[in-house]
Amino acid sequence: MTVLVANPFIGGLHMLDHPFLRYAFIAGTCIGLASGLIGYFVVLRSQVFTGDALSHVAFTGSLAALAFGLDLRVGLYGACIGFALLMAILGRRANADDTVIGSVFAWILGLGALFLSIYTTSRSGSGGFTGNAGVNVLFGSIFGLSSGQAVTDAVVALVVVLAVIIIGRPLLFASLDEAVASARGVPVRWLGYGFLVLVGITAGEATQAVGALLLLGLLAAPAGAAQRLTPRPFAALWLSAAIAVVSVWVGLTLAYAFPRIPPSFGILSVATACYLLSFLGTAGRHRVVARGGVGRRGSGNRGNLAISHSEAS
Amino acid sequence: MTQSVSRLTWNIPGDLHQLFGFHFMVNAFRAGTVVAIVAGAVGWFMVLRRSSFVGHTLAVVSFPGAAGAIWLGISVTVGYFAASIAAALVIAMVPPSRTGGGTSGEAAVIGTVQAFALACGVLFVSLYSGILDSVTGLLFGTFLGISDDQVVTLLIVGAAVLVALVAMARPLFFASVDPDVASARRVPVRLLSTLYLVLLGCTAAEVSQITGALLVFALLVMPAAAAQQVTVRPGWSFLLTITLALAVTWLALGAAYFSIYPVGFYVTSFGFAAYALAAAGRAIGGWTGSRASANMTPLGAVDG
Repeated sequence: MTVLVANPFIGGLHMLDHPFLRYAFIAGTCIGLASGLIGYFVVLRSQVFTGDALSHVAFTGSLAALAFGLDLRVGLYGACIGFALLMAILGRRANADDTVIGSVFAWILGLGALFLSIYTTSRSGSGGFTGNAGVNVLFGSIFGLSSGQAVTDAVVALVVVLAVIIIGRPLLFASLDEAVASARGVPVRWLGYGFLVLVGITAGEATQAVGALLLLGLLAAPAGAAQRLTPRPFAALWLSAAIAVVSVWVGLTLAYAFPRIPPSFGILSVATACYLLSFLGTAGRHRVVARGGVGRRGSGNRGNLAISHSEAS
Repeated sequence: MTQSVSRLTWNIPGDLHQLFGFHFMVNAFRAGTVVAIVAGAVGWFMVLRRSSFVGHTLAVVSFPGAAGAIWLGISVTVGYFAASIAAALVIAMVPPSRTGGGTSGEAAVIGTVQAFALACGVLFVSLYSGILDSVTGLLFGTFLGISDDQVVTLLIVGAAVLVALVAMARPLFFASVDPDVASARRVPVRLLSTLYLVLLGCTAAEVSQITGALLVFALLVMPAAAAQQVTVRPGWSFLLTITLALAVTWLALGAAYFSIYPVGFYVTSFGFAAYALAAAGRAIGGWTGSRASANMTPLGAVDG
């Protein structure tokens, strides 16, 4: 596999000859696209902690399905979507109290530890896979996707992308100014529910690509970088998706070139590097923005507004 | 899972005798006691400051610290503390939010730090390629291998954290409850926040040696969340937090010893049970209290 390092041109040409890498690229591209788009709204709506909670619920769901002998993805999607709906309801009533979210998901994670222990003790005779199952769910196994799984993942991810494109404009309105949006007849509450379900589906998808523990990075890092790079919402939305997809591509290539690097680490390190670069690139710009006045940039996103406000005062 | 399962006989003195008959269980209880007190105290401020997300991030960061230490062949304890304190300093560099809830940009930074740290953990595990069994131990906790040296380290660091916390408790409380007024009164809010994050990092590193990196958060958030449901008076809820943390840890260690399931599961379950009971008690108490007398506030009714 190190032919890519020895001779990048020939190695690059032959990289996609491997079926497992082809499947990884097909699924990874679509998952990256969905995560980038969803992640932008997650960051904009200040629901990063909910995403964090979902990533741990994904683990418990998968392990519960394995412990009870079901297909892993039944538990994965079931738990993610169920928890997303629970958060939507709790968030409505308790105004997104982070100790409630924290207590609930810490307990769910403890249940995950229980299911992992049940699963590994009940199947301890059946070979090496059981020991890996928990680790695979936590840290992803994108190189292990079969062709059928890759196609399913791609289709589900594209459905999420399509849904985001359809509800994108009202969702953006509702995220930026909930009161005005609801006065204008935008169904703010249903958009919130629908969006959290989409987050749940994306979390299930991303768990298979980068693992339950790392999907938060695929949601937060590209979106955070895009938000810093441009104040225009739709440009940031698609920039976030582009950064996520490029992170997946470069990360997979790195993992292929250097077999000791896990693909999840490759993807996450590229995404983190993009975010870091966006900090360095825009370090001086926010001060200029503050002097230019806040009112003129009323359509800008919350993050930049908050920064310009704090520096102006 | 190779240790033979000890049966609970319900002969309580006999069971306790059996429990403390092993040196590793005595060490586990010593370490658990230190960890519970520190986690309760620091966690109380974490819930007050609404910085659960930061606490969770600092907690999981100890996993790459430990994995990296194993890969490099240095002391795992050093790895735990170095990683958590480094992450605390990185997060402290992010500009503080004005709203208290955290701006979206700040949350994105914390989330990225967390995911990248975990990704580093995966890399270290892959580079070392021999500790697949102990990965689950690092993540979900084990209480079997706590040495005397480790207990002493936990005790020293825990005492230092508590002394620092007590020394800055009053201004920190002020800065946590109302940062604007506190900074107007020339309380160094930013410095306090950085110091607190470092203390939180030390605590997370301590706790994760017992509960595992993923479940630290349970011991930080649950006792404090439960206590703040029960009473609004800071002193009482602080004491109640530490009591609950101790009870949860002791019960969980005992339960884990007498069963085959991991200690982390018991810590989170007992903690969540305490929180759920407190929340239910507050709901019922508030309901009956507000019906019974109009001059008692719901919170005061639960208090009495």
